[in-house]
Amino acid sequence: MKNKRLDLSYSQMKWETIFKRILVIMSVVLLVIVIGILITLIMESMPSIKSLGIEYLWGKVWDPVNNVYGAYPFLMGTLLTSFTALIISIPFSYAISIYLGEYNTTGWLSNLLKNTIELIAAVPSIIYGFWGLFVLVPIVRTIESKIGVAPYGVGIFASSLVLAVMIIPYAASMGTSLIRMVPSPLKEGAYALGATRFEVIRSVILPFTRSGLFAGILLSLGRALGETMAVTLLIGNTSAIAHTIKDAFFGPGNTMASVIANEFTEADHTVYLSALIELGLVLFFVTVIINLIGKRIISKYTNK
Amino acid sequence: MDARIGIRNTKSVLFKSVIIFLAFVITIPLIIVLLYIIKQGVMQVNWHFLTNIPAPVGEAGGGISNALLGSFIIVVMSSIIAIPVGVLAGIYLSENAGTRLAYYSGLCVDILQGVPSIVVGIAVYFWVVKPLGTFSAVSGSIALSIMMLPIVIRSTEQTLLLLPDTLKEAALSLGVPYHRVILKVIVPCGFAGILSGIMLSVARIIGETAPLLFTAFGNPYLSTAITKPMETLPHLIYTYATSPYDDWHNLAWGASFILLMFVLLLNIFTKLITRKWNIQL
Repeated sequence: MKNKRLDLSYSQMKWETIFKRILVIMSVVLLVIVIGILITLIMESMPSIKSLGIEYLWGKVWDPVNNVYGAYPFLMGTLLTSFTALIISIPFSYAISIYLGEYNTTGWLSNLLKNTIELIAAVPSIIYGFWGLFVLVPIVRTIESKIGVAPYGVGIFASSLVLAVMIIPYAASMGTSLIRMVPSPLKEGAYALGATRFEVIRSVILPFTRSGLFAGILLSLGRALGETMAVTLLIGNTSAIAHTIKDAFFGPGNTMASVIANEFTEADHTVYLSALIELGLVLFFVTVIINLIGKRIISKYTNK
Repeated sequence: MDARIGIRNTKSVLFKSVIIFLAFVITIPLIIVLLYIIKQGVMQVNWHFLTNIPAPVGEAGGGISNALLGSFIIVVMSSIIAIPVGVLAGIYLSENAGTRLAYYSGLCVDILQGVPSIVVGIAVYFWVVKPLGTFSAVSGSIALSIMMLPIVIRSTEQTLLLLPDTLKEAALSLGVPYHRVILKVIVPCGFAGILSGIMLSVARIIGETAPLLFTAFGNPYLSTAITKPMETLPHLIYTYATSPYDDWHNLAWGASFILLMFVLLLNIFTKLITRKWNIQL
């Protein structure tokens, strides 16, 4: 006689194996996506790697019409915007981390500030770009004409300002949770020795969280390097290299991401397109490495 | 002695004031941006604006219905791709923490989280757009679903890790098969956390422009064909913001307002859900 219950449990067991297999497949999909992106980028940038060689990276002229490609203007543009933004953002992200992590950890004001900072990250970058183009650029233009540089308005300086605001939440939220994790016996010990609050922060909290805060900054930097739309709208998009430092800082430029966004659909021959993809490859490697280092440092903290 | 204590205390108070000043001053740019977008955008929005396609240059009126519909279709398609994959991968990561596959998948999630969106756009261009020979809504959805994945996975994983093991053990000891334990006990218990991750990821991708430049591309007409180019809100803002016409700028302000409201509401709504759950994303 057929045992109905046994049949049922057999089918359940079959489903159990299938389900477990599906779970495995889904996490393999992640590996496939990441490796797929990497392989696609390498394959498609092959023509440019072959024909332009490694000199491509420091070639100073980008002139697709005459088939001359050099990535130097974009590398410099990316580094200049990202690091300017980072330097502007650091005091703010540290201040937010210290305020939310130490001075005011609970209560409505703390929550309100925390949520507001998170909203900064939620606003789409295209909206920052659009706003910047119509509000910030005229302001920057007035400043520029006052200090005696060519009043473009758009350029490295304007993009760095907007970028600085956009990347603060990443370092700040990381820093807040790390500062909250400082063991209170350490702080109490310092207070017991007669330290003021400032001294506790300076000589206990900051040294204790130093590498974690650094990791938060790295995550911010990763964001800044890859940020596309706001920068594309604000940077002015020229591939020429400025001659003076003042011009380089205030004048228009281009970043790796913005040149890809602008020229990818216009690239009409293989090497041109491939040179753009090689920029994407460089961007991919740099952001991945920066992010992984940041994540590694942070996971060291949270596991302790 | 007294004097030095005085100096040290003053220093401490001074430091605190500087910190408070810096911490709050950064909300000013956000408030300025929000108010400006609201001021510029709210005048544009009316029924006509929501139900018509953009008017050609020089003609009054026009709306953004093509972008609204396009954004909706593309976000729904991305969610259909990303939610099952993301939730199941998140379940795997939380259930099998410590295995080699979980380690490498987790690494891939970290990598995906950091990859600039424009790079995802390039990859999807070669995976979908080039073989199909045309920009399409499908390719845009695939690109956006890749952007969604890390957020969905991490929120699922974090939520499930918070659930007590006894929950699962109780169900297993009753003889419930593993897949039913996960789908009928574990996932429903963590539903709010998973949902909030999904909502956050939608809020993130709906404003994403860079990957759509080479995938969904944009389309000035109302279109529901998913193998054809399709307009989206952020792409419409980009195109019209960089145009030289005031009418088009106004259209873009209106679109920005709608996009911003949508993103903010989603975020606030998610906050309300997560507050109950105390989930770190």
